[in-house]
Parts: sequence; C-alpha cells; structure tokens
Amino acid sequence: MTTATATESIEMIDEFLIRAGLAGLAVALAAAPLGCLIVWRRMAYFGDATGHAALLGVVLGVALGLAPMLGVVVVAAIMALVVSLVSGRAAYGVDTMLGVFAHSALALGLVAAALLPGARLNLLSVLQGDILLVSWRDVALVWLGAGAIIAVISMFWRALVNATLSPELMVAEGGSLLRDRLVLTLSLAVFVAVAMQLVGVLLITAMLILPAAAAAPLARSPERMVGLAALIGAVSVLGGLALSLALDTPAGPSIIVIAAAQFAAATLARPR
Amino acid sequence: MTDILVQAQNVSVKQGRRILLDSISFQLLAGEITTLIGPNGAGKTTLIRALIGAQALSSGHINKRPGLRIGYTPQKLQLEQLMPMPAARFLALAGKVPATRLATVLNQTHATSLQGAQLRDLSGGEMQRVLLARALLRDPHLLILDEPTQGLDQPGEARFYELLAEIRVQSEVAVFMVSHDLHVVMAQSDKVICLNQHICCSGAPAAISVDPAYKALFGERAALAVYQHNHDHSHEHGHDHSHGHGKH
Repeated sequence: MTTATATESIEMIDEFLIRAGLAGLAVALAAAPLGCLIVWRRMAYFGDATGHAALLGVVLGVALGLAPMLGVVVVAAIMALVVSLVSGRAAYGVDTMLGVFAHSALALGLVAAALLPGARLNLLSVLQGDILLVSWRDVALVWLGAGAIIAVISMFWRALVNATLSPELMVAEGGSLLRDRLVLTLSLAVFVAVAMQLVGVLLITAMLILPAAAAAPLARSPERMVGLAALIGAVSVLGGLALSLALDTPAGPSIIVIAAAQFAAATLARPR
Repeated sequence: MTDILVQAQNVSVKQGRRILLDSISFQLLAGEITTLIGPNGAGKTTLIRALIGAQALSSGHINKRPGLRIGYTPQKLQLEQLMPMPAARFLALAGKVPATRLATVLNQTHATSLQGAQLRDLSGGEMQRVLLARALLRDPHLLILDEPTQGLDQPGEARFYELLAEIRVQSEVAVFMVSHDLHVVMAQSDKVICLNQHICCSGAPAAISVDPAYKALFGERAALAVYQHNHDHSHEHGHDHSHGHGKH
C-alpha cells in the first residue's frame, strides 16, 4: 500500500463520519421536543405505527420512481392522521388499536417490498438504517426537515404543552384541537422521514422515547427536559457512531444502545 | 342585555346514536353562581366541554357575550409522572400576565408558597388552588369549574368552597360549576340546573329542592340538604376541625 492511497482512505473515513455525525445531530435535536411530547402523552405506540408505515412509504416511493423520503412523509402523515382520528373512537382500547396499526403497517411494508420487481430495495438498510451512506444532499435534507420540526414545535410550544396537560384547558384558553393534532402528526411524519436513514424503521420510536425518558428523572421543568433530551440524543449519536466504528456494528442500533445505557444510568442515578 | 354572559339555545350533542345532550337551553348571568348537578353519565362534562368550545354541537347555539373572558379548571390534569412541571411554570403557560396580576391571584388562592413545587407532588387541595389560580389569571368574567372538589376529603371540600366565596367577595366573577356536594350547592348557588341528558329542572335552590324531578333523581333525602346545611353552620365545622385532621 502506498502512502498516497492510505491518506486518501483516511480522508474518506473522515468525510463519511462527518456526514453521518451531522445528520445524526440534526435528528437528535428534532427528536428532543417531539419525544418529550410523545412520552408525556403516552403515545409511544403512536410513534411505532407511524414509524412502521415508513417502510411502505419507501416501497411506494421506489415503485413510483419518487424520492423515498417523499414517499415516507406522505405515507407516515396519512398513517398518523388515520391513527389519531380512529384511536379515540374505536371500540377497542387505544393500545390495541395502535398495536394493530403498527404491526399491520410493518407487515404490509414487508410484503410490498417483496413484490417490488428485481432487487431494488435493500431491506436490511431500511430496517436498521444506513447513516454511514448518507450523501451531502441527504444531510441537507435531514437538517431541513429537522429544522422545520423544531421551528413548528417551538412556534406552538405553549399550546402543545397545555394540550398535553388538558386539551380542554387549551381550548378554553383559545387554542385549537385540530391545530394541535396537525402539528403533532405532521411533525412526527417528517421526523420519521429524517430519522429513517439514521436508525432505521424499527428503531425510530426508540430515538424519540429513549433520550426523553432518560432526561425525565433529571429535569425540573418541561423545557429543561427537552434540552437534556437533546444532549442525551447527541451523545447517543456520537457515541453510537464511535461504537459502530470500533466494533464494526450497525450504526443505528449502536446509537440506540448508547441511548439505552444513558437511560439506565439516569434511572439508577435518581430512583423515584 | 349585557348581563347575559352565555346563552345556550337548544343545544344537542349526539355521539353515533347516543344522545348525550338533548335540547339544552339556559343562560348564565353576570355575578351569579350556577351549579350543574346530575347523576353520573348525565352529560355534565359534555355540557362543560360544549361551553368552552371543546365539543362540537349536533344542533343548537351557544352565544357568548362579545369579549367574554372565561377561566376554566379541568377536573384533573393528565399529568404523566415523567413530566416535570413546577407550579410557577404551569401558571406561566397561561400566557403573558402582568406580574402584579400574578401576585394578586396567588394571594387570593393562597398559592404563593406553592410556586416552586412540582405539580405531581401537590395534594388534591393544593392542586385545586393552583388550577383556580390559573383560571383567575386572565381576570375572567366567568369561571367554569368541572367538579372542583372531586378527590378532596370533606374538610378539603369545605376549604375550597370557603376560598371560592372569598374570591367572589373580591371580584364579582360569575361561576358555572359541576358539583356533587348537594349541601354546598343548595347553600351557595344562585341557580341550580339539574341535568340528565335534558334539563330536568332548574331554578333557585329553594325551588329546586321541592321539585318532583329533583326528588326523583336524587331521592327524598336530598331535599333535606337545605336544612342540613343550616345545621352544619351552627356547629362551625370548618377550619379548626380540619386543621386537626391534617396533623394526624
């Protein structure tokens, strides 16, 4: 091996790691406020249903020749809206309904993926993410999506927290239930699209829930919990990438493992 | 008339084939306490939700006086254990309020010392005071209270109604509340609405307590509520007794 090719390959490693790190940090930042809202509202399964619908979105995107991200946003948004409309009214418990939706969406996605002609879809990379393969264009799209989520949630933060505590109180003070539902479901749909490459379809909810849950016992106010969740998410992303590089493990699951370790540490540090 | 804060006309709410509210008409007047009573499942919470705009009507109208400010206290908060929320932050979530107004309201509701506490650590009575403070922050013309004493013990109930009476001495705010405490209802309300999907009877407490529809819903013994209230008062059941309870 000559010196020239060795330097070149180090530079390549640097660049794909930088891209992965940048995209991952954007996802961690967007996950913080959204994840806290989902934890406070006990909507973890809701995230699963929307996340699992992403696979179907990818398949449809590929089949129609569209950008996979676009397919994901559209299908995830439809899923999130349907679930939020149906879950309040169905005769079954909310957890049962969401379980039905989450697993049906995943199964449907897997079947649809198998029906795609040729080997046009790397199923494993959709399921567990492929953050090390993102292009600069992907990084830009991820930051765009994450930025949009953070902007919209910040804009309606007070109403979102109020509706979390009491939807009636929010309405009585002039808020709108429809707006609350749209902000949350559409943010979640966009989040699914931006987080999919990082952690994969199966672990999208984990990226939302784990940092928020780890932050909860350490925080004294809702806003500090969001800040702490962002920090924990960022550490997870960087730690997970390092772990993946050191042990040659898949990056997405490695990120979630680091988040889980922080959750365990936070829970043990302050037992309630 | 400007005295009318809210006018409900033939309000009906249906869910599928179930009729939750059937052609409800009433008015809420400035400065009055109106109490909504009725058995479980009578549609009390649905009516409250309709009043604050959280429940779509199947038919009918609810007209509010232009510029009417409503203060609302929910029955309880959906406070997930994982949600940190100091009382001061919760009050700030009502929106921008001058600091002097906040101080006044905290004083009125005896909640000043609770500001630093986490909501999840508050007792039922403390939580009610914080909820009431939040409802009062915007200086409302009308307070809508959904079962404010649910989950309180009897001394706690008595203290809550004392507090409400104190607040009404300082500001002529009208009150519309759901209550199960027939004694207090009969003693403190200007008007009682007895609901069981439709309005069974409504009017001044004295008239209500002898109404056949009221007796049919709550039984003959409920009619004695008026007398029992007088009895309670002569014995001074309120503060001293309850303090003793708290210390045990």
